[in-house]
Amino acid sequence: MNAILVAIIGLIVFALGYRYYSKFVAEKIFKLDPNYVTPAHKYKDGVDFVPTNKFVLWGHHFTSVAGAAPILGPAIALYWGWLPALLWVLLGTVFAAGVHDFGTLAISVRNKGQSIGTIADKLIGKRGKILFLFIILILVLMVNAVFAWVIANLFISYPSSVLPVLFQIPLAITIGYLVYKKNVRMLVPSLIVLAIMYFVAILAAQNEVLQIDLVRYMGGEDGAGLFGLGAVSTAFMIWIVFLMVYCYIASTLPVWKLLQPRDFINSHQLVVGLAILYLGLLFTNPEMTAPVYNDNPDKNWLPLLFITVACGAISGFHGLVSSGTSSKQLNKETDARFVGYFGAVGEGILALISILTVATFFANTDDFFATYSSFNAANGAGLGVFIEGAAVLAGGLGIPPSVAATIVSVIVVSFAATTLDTAVRLMRYIIAELGSEYNVPALTKTHVATTVAVLSSAALVLIPEGPNGFGSGGYLIWPLFGTSNQLLAGISLMLISIWLKRNGRNYAIALIPMVFLMVMTMVALFQQVFLEWAWWGTGSNMLLFILGAIIFVFALWIALTSYSVITGKYDNPIDKNKVG
Amino acid sequence: MLDKMKKLIEYYEEVLNMPHRTEIARELRNEDDLFLLLLYSEMIGIPNPVYYYTLELYPYMIEKFHDWHLRMGMDHSPLSGIRCC
Repeated sequence: MNAILVAIIGLIVFALGYRYYSKFVAEKIFKLDPNYVTPAHKYKDGVDFVPTNKFVLWGHHFTSVAGAAPILGPAIALYWGWLPALLWVLLGTVFAAGVHDFGTLAISVRNKGQSIGTIADKLIGKRGKILFLFIILILVLMVNAVFAWVIANLFISYPSSVLPVLFQIPLAITIGYLVYKKNVRMLVPSLIVLAIMYFVAILAAQNEVLQIDLVRYMGGEDGAGLFGLGAVSTAFMIWIVFLMVYCYIASTLPVWKLLQPRDFINSHQLVVGLAILYLGLLFTNPEMTAPVYNDNPDKNWLPLLFITVACGAISGFHGLVSSGTSSKQLNKETDARFVGYFGAVGEGILALISILTVATFFANTDDFFATYSSFNAANGAGLGVFIEGAAVLAGGLGIPPSVAATIVSVIVVSFAATTLDTAVRLMRYIIAELGSEYNVPALTKTHVATTVAVLSSAALVLIPEGPNGFGSGGYLIWPLFGTSNQLLAGISLMLISIWLKRNGRNYAIALIPMVFLMVMTMVALFQQVFLEWAWWGTGSNMLLFILGAIIFVFALWIALTSYSVITGKYDNPIDKNKVG
Repeated sequence: MLDKMKKLIEYYEEVLNMPHRTEIARELRNEDDLFLLLLYSEMIGIPNPVYYYTLELYPYMIEKFHDWHLRMGMDHSPLSGIRCC
């Protein structure tokens, strides 16, 4: 089948979803009121609460939620053939992610712009808030482990991408200084930095001297590394330690010094990446060479598909952005539809191109099965295939493959690095909040909390061993990342349902995706934790078993709470009528 | 066409500027908060370290202060803390 046709079908589904379903949800269910005084106006302070043009707010919302995850998830899920992944991305975006992102935004606007955690406190009481904090803590822990693994892997596979990424750090700090202290406009300097980075990438792709290849320095893949480890394992360990030190520094600096200017550069990269891929698709006009459906997978797509693709189909992380920042800046309540729902559509568009990039890369189906031979193989290979596939598409625009692969891996690393140090920062806040909740004052100190965050993330990414030795087990955490992300989305959908129910609206639009998501996530989690990772399982792994079991208990807790809340047996007596 | 491009660039720049402006506003607000805290700390029960350090100014101030309160029509020092006469 022609890939452009698939892209067009996908885009039409998104357009119809936005045009009709989001209109229905916004007007008939949420009954958004253009005259409602939004928190941005009511509490206007010029800092957090600022009424913002809806297009500008959408741009900010989208660049905050888009990252490496909607690329990686679909690239792995292609293992079951492109149709299941495509359907889940399309239907998930339209019926689950859209409602979730829009709904969290809308109920936050109706609750003084408070975050989902605080709303959970109001709607289901204090244990709701604690539950929420723990789930986010686990989620960001997974994010740190997964993205550190992604970056280390890309640095080893594409050594030419190291130098441009390292260049970005001092250049971003310079921009931060110029913009913040000298009041220079940031568009032009950040574009210049991007140009310098890509120039370095082109040079590095063509000159081996500029490629920081730790494996080669140690004498190739069979070379001996440190502490009796192989060269690849040592390289992996060095990069992880390097990344964690970087995260520590980046997440304790004031945001304007490094984080923000890097975000400016990365928003350009998002535009460049999307443009290269969609234009490349148009110019190369490829065929879908991956199978439509994998008839004989070693692990069934039901229910694993729904936790493999989280971001891009539905992701709880978006609710944090929706209710944390966007809701405080919404100009009119009716803008929530565009910002929230269309933000989810933007992410869907990113996931769609990831599917197309991977599905068009292979010469034929046999070639596909040689790489995607098992689910574990798909987990390890997905990202690499995406980058190679993107290089082929970029070839359609006349960019040489080695240069294109370097640039695409620079883009993915940049996304992953942003996610990584935002997540470490977030983790620090949560540890501090839990510290004050449970009276452990030491945890509220910045450096103690950051040390705990960084060390636990490093441990999680270094400890699990994969089939290829040290460091290759990082991808084992990917399903757990998907699971915790989906659980977070589950809680948010539950809160939306409760809110709608208490306001006498039809809450099925949030309840159905929630039940679907929770059932799929719990079944998948049960299979992995108790049939695979447990000591009686097929791939026994104590660390993953313990983590998985904890998440499973949380999931059960959420499911039971939501059941009693929805059936009306559980009411939070104190705040019952205060919300809304 | 050119106008539309300009608009697009303006829009894009606005998207980039938004979080940055928030951050600057936040830092300014934090500084303001600290300033007000220093000014009014005693009102909310926090001893103000500034008074303690004014003691060091005493030897430099005392003669000037004495002249000042005479000029202001007060024969004796109005402040119990400063005993020039």
